[in-house]
Amino acid sequence: PQVHSLQELRRSASLATKVFVQRDYSDGTTCQFQTKFPPELESRIERQLFEETVKTLNGFYAEAEKIGGSSYLEGCLACATAYFIFLCMETHYEKVLKKISKYIQDQNEKIYAPRGLLLTDPLERGMRVIEISIYEDRCSSGSSSSGSSSSSSGGGGGGAGGR
Amino acid sequence: MSVMVARKKVVRKWEKLPGRNTFCCDGRIMMARQKGIFYLTLFLILGTCALFFAFECRYLAVQLSPAIPVFAAVLFLFAMATLLRTSFSDPGVIPRALPDEAAFIEMEIEATNGTVPQGQRPPPRIKNFQINNQIVKLKYCYTCKIFRPPRASHCSICDNCVERFDHHCPWVGNCVGKRNYRYFYLFILSLSLLTIYIFTFNIVYVALKSLKIGFLNTLKETPGTVLEVLICFFTLWSVVGLTGFHTFLVALNQTTNEDIKGSWTGKNRVQNPYSHGNIVKNCCEVLCGPLPPSVLDRRGILQQEESTVQEGSCPRGPGVQEPPATQGPGQAQEGGMKQQDGSIPPTSAIPALSMSNAERPEEKQQTPGELLVPSPDSGRAEH
Repeated sequence: PQVHSLQELRRSASLATKVFVQRDYSDGTTCQFQTKFPPELESRIERQLFEETVKTLNGFYAEAEKIGGSSYLEGCLACATAYFIFLCMETHYEKVLKKISKYIQDQNEKIYAPRGLLLTDPLERGMRVIEISIYEDRCSSGSSSSGSSSSSSGGGGGGAGGR
Repeated sequence: MSVMVARKKVVRKWEKLPGRNTFCCDGRIMMARQKGIFYLTLFLILGTCALFFAFECRYLAVQLSPAIPVFAAVLFLFAMATLLRTSFSDPGVIPRALPDEAAFIEMEIEATNGTVPQGQRPPPRIKNFQINNQIVKLKYCYTCKIFRPPRASHCSICDNCVERFDHHCPWVGNCVGKRNYRYFYLFILSLSLLTIYIFTFNIVYVALKSLKIGFLNTLKETPGTVLEVLICFFTLWSVVGLTGFHTFLVALNQTTNEDIKGSWTGKNRVQNPYSHGNIVKNCCEVLCGPLPPSVLDRRGILQQEESTVQEGSCPRGPGVQEPPATQGPGQAQEGGMKQQDGSIPPTSAIPALSMSNAERPEEKQQTPGELLVPSPDSGRAEH
């Protein structure tokens, strides 16, 4: 059911523009994203919802990269087996990434798709950005007038149609 | 008689990746382009160990203890496993920015710096960040069109940005970066131990046997011993020294790249913000810390449908795409792309990626005629 609504979204609406939430390196090289609210989303979603999404994602990534007893144990065990154990076992990081993927899908279904937005899992963008696609609202004529980004939206919209 | 046959050919993402890497086993293995020195490394290790097991071990196992070849075998297997892991895995390559993302960043940069007249190279783009009370500059990579994360660097040999870039090692045939540094370190450590082990027991062997049949006769009986001792001698000086150097780096949580550039020891006296200040903690983090999976998704599927006129005619190479006759673009992408949560079709990325035809690997599998069900998890299997 959730895929159905997302497919419908893409078929019925056209891509207006994309916003990219950048990484926040203030805490080192750990994977964290900026919670700064992008101006393009001003009219589309409540600030608090967006911030909560990003903060939850940041929490997940922090959990994945946490250095502690269990991660050391995993590392040492893997080393002792000359890393052959990774052939049959999933790392802690991979498990958390799966959780993140589910969470993003969930958020898209419940919060973002009804508002004409779509989150892309940062894993597909090399963990560089959280890509948020903004779709034009068919009902309301007042779609986000980010005229300055029309060039990029043309590229994004064109990409969907052209191979 | 011509038959319209729609064939689906599996094209995996590694075939379209930019950069100068070689991929093998349908994307499971990733290496640099020049592999000659890597083959030399393999040959030296395998050759020396083969000689050792064939000649000296037989004598020493009987005369001293059977544990000697057993322990040598363990060291050898561990060294080979870590070598192959280092050589074949993704060092932490940061994929290049897709066109939308690159355009977005360009706009942001222009907003801050103002436009530059045509023909002039814009000034180096730098963003400042503060990490642990120190200012760290992020550089913009013109090739990858991204702001490099701290500690990342662009490898000119592989033409990729690599996270926590240490160095490009020709002996291993790959870059050494965040994801394979621990394997690299364990490789040189185990190789040092193996070299010392073989060297020592060669000396012991020669000494023991010389007592019985004389020095020259020993050498005549097993001439391989001389070769092994020579190889071990030269390896000792280089590899053991390298191990010591990298132990020092690990203890301080630095990379070779930073050490060479003098990032933390220069006249600026800026301290390494990534070090925990504690040697044990640094070692634990670098060697036993969490291992991020590869973000390259080499084995993800890029699906394209081609209709051929004659049955059995082989479709063109994966680089060429035909406009799909029957499919709407939305459906093709949903069917072919692996994500359910609506990622923007990566086909928009294809024009941006350079057709690096030179990266055709030795083994390529094309399975025509197969209806593909997108399998995101299998596509994500990486190490």
